[in-house]
Amino acid sequence: MLQVKEVSGPAPARGPGILSRSVQVAGELLITAGLILLLFVAWQLWWTNVESDTRQREVVKEFAENLKAPGDPAAQSPADSSLDYGTPAVGAEPADGATIGIIYIPRFGADYTRPIVQGTTPAVLDTLGLGHYPGTSMPGAVGNFAVAGHRQTHGAVLDNIDALTPGDRIYVQTRDGYYVYVFRNSQIVLPSRRDVLLPVPTQPAASPKESYLTMTSCNPRFGSQERIIAYSLLERWQPASAGPPAEIAAQVARAVGEG
Amino acid sequence: MYGWIFRHLPGPLWLRIATALVLLASVLVLMVQYLFPWMSQFTQFTDSTIGSARQP
Repeated sequence: MLQVKEVSGPAPARGPGILSRSVQVAGELLITAGLILLLFVAWQLWWTNVESDTRQREVVKEFAENLKAPGDPAAQSPADSSLDYGTPAVGAEPADGATIGIIYIPRFGADYTRPIVQGTTPAVLDTLGLGHYPGTSMPGAVGNFAVAGHRQTHGAVLDNIDALTPGDRIYVQTRDGYYVYVFRNSQIVLPSRRDVLLPVPTQPAASPKESYLTMTSCNPRFGSQERIIAYSLLERWQPASAGPPAEIAAQVARAVGEG
Repeated sequence: MYGWIFRHLPGPLWLRIATALVLLASVLVLMVQYLFPWMSQFTQFTDSTIGSARQP
C-alpha cells in the first residue's frame, strides 16, 4: 500500500514538476485521513466493546473473589424465595470507582452479568460498566437507586434496555445480599431531566415509601438527543447468607466460579 | 510521500519492510491510545447520563 508510486525508475531531470508532486502528497494525505476515519469507526463501534467487556469481566471476577474471601459458603444453597427477610440491609456509598455489586438481567441474556460501580464519570462508564449516580440511594434503601450505562460502544451494557417487559426481574447482588427488582415501565426524556433521579422519580414533592431502581441510557441507539429511562421497583431481598435466588443461581455460580 | 519515506529507510529491502511495519504498528498504537479517545468526544454514542457534564 505504501510504495505503489515507486515505479517511476530513474527520474528524468529531477522527476515530475512541483505541481504533480504536491498533488500526489495531498492525495496520499487525504487517503490517510480516510483510512484513519475508517479505523476510528471500527475502534469506536467494535474495539471499545471488546476492551470494556474484558475489563468488566475482570471487575465481576474481582468482586466475586472478594465476596468469597470471608469464608462465605453461600452459593451452594439456592434460597426459598417465599421467605421474608424483613427490611433490606443497605450498604454505605463507596468511594468513586469502587464496585458496588453485580447486576443480573435475564431479559438481556442468560449470561448477562455486569458490574455496578460508584460514579458516572466517563472513566467509570467507559470501562467499568454501569455507574451509580452519587448521592442517590444504595440498593434496597427506600428511595431511588439510579444507575447509568452505555447503549452503544464501551460494552453497550444497556443496549437492550428497550426490550425490558413489565414484570421482568432485575437482580442486584452486593456484599450484603440479593435485591430483586421488577421492571415496571420506561420513559424517553430529554437529557436535562434530572428529576428522574429524585427519590420518587419525577415527583419532587413526594416522599418515597418504596425502593426504586432507575436505569438511564442513550436514546436513540446511535445518538444522544434523548435518554431512555427504565424504572423498576424492589420486590424482595435476601441476605448473602441465604444464597442467590433460585432463578439466577446458575448465573451467579458462573459469574463467581467462572475464573 | 510514503514512497519517499520508504526509499529513505536504511538497510536492505527486508529491513526496510520490517521498519515500515514497525512504524505502521506504532502509529496504530498511538492512534488507539491517544487520538481515538480524544476524537470520541465529538461523537454522540457515549452520552448516557442525565444532566451530564459531557456535551453531545
